[in-house]
Amino acid sequence: MLRAIAGLARPAQGRIALGGDTWFDAERRVFRQPDERSVGLVFQEYALFPHMSVRQNVAYGGGARVDEYLERFHISHLADAKPALLSGGERQRVALARALARDPGVLLLDEPLSSLDAQTKAIVRVELQELLRDFELPAILVTHDFDDAAALAGRVGVLIDGTLRQLATPQDLVSRPADTFVAALTGANLLRGIARRETDELAAIDLEGGERIYSTDPGQGEVGVVVYPWDVTVARVRHQDSALNVIAGEIRSVAHVGSRVRVRIGPITAEVTAASADQLELARGGTAFASFKATGTRLVPFA
Amino acid sequence: MLRKALLALVLFVAVALSLGFLLLPIVALFTRQPPSELVHQLSNPVVTDALVVSVKTSAIAQVLIVLLGTPTAYLIASRRFFGRSLVVTLVELPLVLPPAVAGIGLLVAFGRVGVLGSTFGALGIDVAFNQAAVVLAVAFVASPLYVRQAIASFEAVDQNLVAASRTLGAGPVRTFFRVVLPLCGGGLAAGGALSLARGLGEFGATIMFAGSLQGVTQTLPLAIYAQFDRNFEIAVTISALFVILTAAILLSLKLSSLWPSRQTSGFLFARLSSS
Repeated sequence: MLRAIAGLARPAQGRIALGGDTWFDAERRVFRQPDERSVGLVFQEYALFPHMSVRQNVAYGGGARVDEYLERFHISHLADAKPALLSGGERQRVALARALARDPGVLLLDEPLSSLDAQTKAIVRVELQELLRDFELPAILVTHDFDDAAALAGRVGVLIDGTLRQLATPQDLVSRPADTFVAALTGANLLRGIARRETDELAAIDLEGGERIYSTDPGQGEVGVVVYPWDVTVARVRHQDSALNVIAGEIRSVAHVGSRVRVRIGPITAEVTAASADQLELARGGTAFASFKATGTRLVPFA
Repeated sequence: MLRKALLALVLFVAVALSLGFLLLPIVALFTRQPPSELVHQLSNPVVTDALVVSVKTSAIAQVLIVLLGTPTAYLIASRRFFGRSLVVTLVELPLVLPPAVAGIGLLVAFGRVGVLGSTFGALGIDVAFNQAAVVLAVAFVASPLYVRQAIASFEAVDQNLVAASRTLGAGPVRTFFRVVLPLCGGGLAAGGALSLARGLGEFGATIMFAGSLQGVTQTLPLAIYAQFDRNFEIAVTISALFVILTAAILLSLKLSSLWPSRQTSGFLFARLSSS
């Protein structure tokens, strides 16, 4: 998609324009060459020119304020270095500086965080956040990681096999996923079942595993039940509380993610704090109860 | 113990034999005459004439090969078109063609009685049996080595770098000179060295198409052949000179592989030995 916007690939149909400036129009047979479009494309592997210094790379697009950009991206001290000598994070800063130095009309980022190690990734994500805020420039970013998209984007479009499933703010994707694909992408639990109306406010769902749960979302027939790990509480004994849904199961895995612990109980993943995981003595093989409120569930069509 | 010693001996003899076999003819070229005699022979007009003809025709042929071969190779490398592999095969054909066949082919194409001969004749251009003929013969036989190597070098350039250059506002021409060419410099230089070496040694096509006229079309290899049964010592002298020339080219080829580009040089030398 980014290659089509940049003019490196020619789509079969459609129209690409920036403001009133048409770059591509299949019907009117308009196709502007990449060098005649005002884009700043940051390639996944950065595609820095290996035979040029950092300064020459940044200056390649012809911007007049090369030193300013070297300064802005904290790469002044690397100005005379060749790209092969740089770290992943430094290469990305050079690639960003090079793309932005020519003052493009749109910034295109192709998986900007995918080739970085986990530690660098966290730092670069914050840098990118600040960057996108500082440069008031439309930016399109392609990623496979919902967390990256949610952290960096104002609006997220979910593309599956070339079709747009949902275009919404990250918050809306989480609270109102259009289908199970979108829900799975945002990190939700997905349970499959048959729903029928129980009362006016409540739908009952018979899950594949035999359990019956309830949702305040209306639904009928085959549905996907979406539950977020942070809406699930974990107990070692079954007790009565306001949560309508309880699923008992074997603890299949306990994984520490930062200060949080993700516990897999039967078909459900719950996210709890490390402290409560210790207190509950959660360990593989034991039995636990995962409970969540009917209001914490979303019913979506099973795509 | 004895077995081990025997194995070492056999290995030593094998290495000594093969190296000796390869080196002896080259050493003999330099030891047959005393060095002073060798140097003295170099000023023989047959030698100087042949050297001038060889250097001049090879230089012109090489310029033509690079000027015409580079864009051809770039187009073949960067475009996917119908019949592309056929074009590549055609480019490579002179490489495997016997030089005598190349000579006859050039004669019937560009000679006085050839396909284009009458056209050239009407324009007052006569290409058979003069230096233009030598240049054509050398270019015909040597260009595939350069073009093949150039295609391989261009194909090895990361297409994302080309794409990056385009999105940074550079047109195809600027992209070629600022990105593609610098990255291919080592590969192109190697290809140039290979075709130069091949062109300098060209014999069969030249003698058939251009003849062997001293001072006009008699190149170094043709002079060796001409002096072979006339003045053998001069033939030896020219051969020694040839060894020095080609060794210099091979050395510069090795040096060109140190060019700071991402091309690997390993297969270039494999190419050299297989050509």
